[in-house]
Amino acid sequence: MGTTTIPHTETTAPVAPTGVWSWITTTDHKRIGVLYGVTAFIFFLLGGFEALIIRLQLGSPNNTLVSAEVYNQLFTMHGTTMVFLAIMPLSAAFFNFIIPLQIGARDVAFPRLNAFSYWVFLLAGLFINFSFVAGPLFGANGLSVAPNGGWFGYANLTSVQYSPGPNIDFWVLGLQILGIASLAAGFNFITTIINLRAPGMKLMRMPVFTWMSFVTQFLIITAFPVITIGLVFLLFDRVFGTTFYNVAAGGDVLLWQHLFWLFGHPEVYILILPAMGIVSEVLPTFSHKPLFGYAVVVYSGVLIGVVGWGVWAHHMFATGLGPIADSVFSASTMLIAVPTGVKIFNWIATMWGGRLEFKTAMLFAVGFVSMFIIGGLSGVMHASPPADLQQTDTYFVVAHFHYVLFGGAILGLFAGMYYWWPKVFGRRLREGLGKTHFWLLLIGMNLTFFPMHFSGLLGMPRRIYTYGADLGLNTFNLISTIGAVVTAVALLVFVYNIWASRHDRETEANPWNAATLEWSVSSPPPVYNFAVIPTVQSRLPLWVADGVTPATQPSVPPAPIHVPGGSHWPPLTAVGILIMGVGALLHHAFLPSLITALFGLAVTVVSIYRWAFEPFEV
Amino acid sequence: MSQAAAAHYTSTGLDSRKIAFWTFIGSECLLFGSLIATYLVYEGRSVSGPTTHDILNIPLTSFSTFDLLMSSLAMVLALAAVQRGDRVKARVALGVTALLGSVFLGLQAYEFTHFVREGLGFTTNLFGSTFFTLTGFHGAHVFVGVVWLTTLLVRSFQGKLGPEKALNVEIAGLYWHFVDVVWIVIFTVVYLIQTTPIAGT
Repeated sequence: MGTTTIPHTETTAPVAPTGVWSWITTTDHKRIGVLYGVTAFIFFLLGGFEALIIRLQLGSPNNTLVSAEVYNQLFTMHGTTMVFLAIMPLSAAFFNFIIPLQIGARDVAFPRLNAFSYWVFLLAGLFINFSFVAGPLFGANGLSVAPNGGWFGYANLTSVQYSPGPNIDFWVLGLQILGIASLAAGFNFITTIINLRAPGMKLMRMPVFTWMSFVTQFLIITAFPVITIGLVFLLFDRVFGTTFYNVAAGGDVLLWQHLFWLFGHPEVYILILPAMGIVSEVLPTFSHKPLFGYAVVVYSGVLIGVVGWGVWAHHMFATGLGPIADSVFSASTMLIAVPTGVKIFNWIATMWGGRLEFKTAMLFAVGFVSMFIIGGLSGVMHASPPADLQQTDTYFVVAHFHYVLFGGAILGLFAGMYYWWPKVFGRRLREGLGKTHFWLLLIGMNLTFFPMHFSGLLGMPRRIYTYGADLGLNTFNLISTIGAVVTAVALLVFVYNIWASRHDRETEANPWNAATLEWSVSSPPPVYNFAVIPTVQSRLPLWVADGVTPATQPSVPPAPIHVPGGSHWPPLTAVGILIMGVGALLHHAFLPSLITALFGLAVTVVSIYRWAFEPFEV
Repeated sequence: MSQAAAAHYTSTGLDSRKIAFWTFIGSECLLFGSLIATYLVYEGRSVSGPTTHDILNIPLTSFSTFDLLMSSLAMVLALAAVQRGDRVKARVALGVTALLGSVFLGLQAYEFTHFVREGLGFTTNLFGSTFFTLTGFHGAHVFVGVVWLTTLLVRSFQGKLGPEKALNVEIAGLYWHFVDVVWIVIFTVVYLIQTTPIAGT
């Protein structure tokens, strides 16, 4: 089963196999992309639901909809879910589906490793969220033992002393396992982009989405090892009783903050760079004009990636780092606004003088640019330590990062969904519903997050489950809550759009008249992507005469194409890793824990060996 | 372009596995970098003993270091033999590499148990936690390397490690040399440059 290849005869091209098993064992980057997208979108709705409960709780002062403990779990899981289980994997959905098509490849460099990444991500996501119903298994009072230490899990809130239950264990182990998925995908996509480009696809001819994804992968493979070590220390502290974050034994709680934000700030760019790449594809297409200053946009993205590594301590101004560290990190943080600003001017200049066509994807892209400017401006504000000391831990910061992550990343990802939907599924999403979705979402998010600037500057602290009626915060919070409800309605419109458009007319290969290679193949693309590997002669192969040979792909491949079959060893390896995680979770019971972990190790090792030695030709 | 040529065409002309492995090594640098940085930041901050001067045995570890360096030499010879198609020398060199790796692990196991008997456990103090975590992570990498080399040795005895499979050995070699280089850094910063003040001075 693991080694079947799809038979090919001269007259019929290979077709994709069908059935559930073919999806579980798939190594096709397009299917893995769809799996990533669907899974991440479900997690996105879950994280959104958590946010909605948070907003309902905060809609009126002294509210008792949820308890303080449940509230802690909700904001922790909301942050963790949105960062690790929604935005990152939604970006990964686009990496998977789009990058090989944009560079003229038939798949990624390591198709089975790619499948492995997805299954690890899925199982880790289920693992963390299982904590919502795992209470009885651990003898807890309630049903839920979800993580409750914030998405940043500051030491020593996460120590056994202050958090003896399994809550933090779920979080530590879940993130640890998720990191494996991200790292494996990072190695895979860097190699794919370096090595699998079609002839003529020079680096500086690559579409900007591929470029920004390329930078993102470097951030992933350098940032994730750091949090891995931070989490290892935390796990050892909790399981074995080491003292990495124990001040009484000479440890330093700031070590966690450094390790976390050394990861955490590159992570911010891991979240936003793919969206910037998407917008850099959508704006030229619907402006009917090449991207303004392609090279500068690319270099800015690389510069953001590099400088993004030198700004982490701006998350720690309030810890009292001293004037020198404060000055350095303040300066580097202000500096990183420069390449970001350069990109924004390039996007505006792309639209300037263009023939603008306001399809839904274009609306989302323009929405991205506008909202990201607001989030960027408030970001530069707390690059200044004196201002930051006033704003830190208040709703002003919540407003800031939701403008860049919701107004930025999420709007950018929606732009990508509307843009590439016809390529992925062969049908467009409906424009009327799409525009309703866009405007409701834009109004909803601004109603939610703009008032938070004011409630934050008035001193409303983050992560507190309620507030007094006489603090002057009632109106702002009520508006935010109304906005959250409008946002939820907007997302329902999107879900309805998916449903409503499912039998719509099938679309052509290049419905938007776009310039990049993915539009030269049919929608959806055949299982082998390119009947003939194109030879690229231009940055905009479909807009320039003779830019790509041939301009459109033949419907039947002229020569036989080898399409690798599936393999069930990557998902089994992922299962083995999950079992090891479960073993570590049970650390309070020594023997069951050890047996489970060793069993998981055995499954993992056997699966890796079978994977390594199964015949599999790419 | 024929099917075979199409299947093996790459933009750089390099095999994808090699590029991927270099990115993996880059990532590992950050992993060990975080561990080493933590060790250095926490050095001398233990609130109770024993710490570096009381316990570290430089002559023994110097021998371990020499042993690991020699294993890298054997690794180079193994790759050269596999590339030439010299099966006997390939097996000898792979076997010696794995053996020297095992000797390193044995010495580390001896060192660890000796430390525990001397009163330095994993949770005794910050030095114990950072030391065992850092050297333990490295030891785990050596262990994985020994398993990998043994696998290659078995493949060689099965007659499945001809010159066409030299890349498999080359990648294992990249890993092995990397783990060796990391040890050089650890040996230097942990054993040779001890900054913990000696008690009573």
